[in-house]
Amino acid sequence: MHLALFIVFAVLCVAGALNLLLQRHPINSALSLIVVMSSLAVLYLLLGAEFLAAAQVIVYSGAIMVLFTFVIMLLNAGKEERTHGSKLAYIAGFPGAAALLGLLSYIFLSRRGEFGQARLGEYLATTSDLSRVLFRDLLLPFEVTSVLILIAILGAVALARKEH
Amino acid sequence: MVPIAYYLVLSAILFSIGVAAFLIKRNIISVFMSIELMLNAVNLAFIAFSRQWSQITGHLQVNGQIFVFFVMVVAAAEAAVGLAIIIAIFRARNTLNVDQIDLMKL
Repeated sequence: MHLALFIVFAVLCVAGALNLLLQRHPINSALSLIVVMSSLAVLYLLLGAEFLAAAQVIVYSGAIMVLFTFVIMLLNAGKEERTHGSKLAYIAGFPGAAALLGLLSYIFLSRRGEFGQARLGEYLATTSDLSRVLFRDLLLPFEVTSVLILIAILGAVALARKEH
Repeated sequence: MVPIAYYLVLSAILFSIGVAAFLIKRNIISVFMSIELMLNAVNLAFIAFSRQWSQITGHLQVNGQIFVFFVMVVAAAEAAVGLAIIIAIFRARNTLNVDQIDLMKL
């Protein structure tokens, strides 16, 4: 059951990410990124992170991607054109990314016995477990992030405002 | 049962696709979206390692999940400011192609 769910949503994730890579139009990339983020939420749930699964759907595939699609539509972004500069990125980009993937997969798979197995329903981190740490041990960093968000809102308004 | 290493390999795959997209995409919004993809891949690795740490110590550890929470907060702030910058760039240059946005001054 766990393995079947993992395979289905992992394949969905990778397919969405590849679609993001291959699509030329930004709106298609944005929609496939929503697929990736929603399937990642299911994977978080399988790993027992229920609060983060909900937050992933609400914050990432909800708020952030709505912002992205909104900006794409606002700027009326069309198909991207191939330019001269992207040739070098092709030559260096694909082998570099493939080398990174090969190295990381080799390390993870050669030591997979040490990483252990994830069973469904074990170590379920509920919202109260998370908030106990967040509001007791990490109260100051939590409050600082609220200041960060406030500054980000002010910065976004100041940057996107029309100049007269 | 799924080995945690599989989750980590999936996270590596997503991160590598994000790196490739970051290098190949020419539209500034697509470049920004590939950064978000890389952040998501790292979040998956954090949650997988948090789960592994719980299994090693024998009781629930949520520190890795707290880290993901902070990454999400920073990503939300980053998306808001980044998209505002993209709007400002588009107003100034009338293009979204990163190859044409290569001067500090207009």
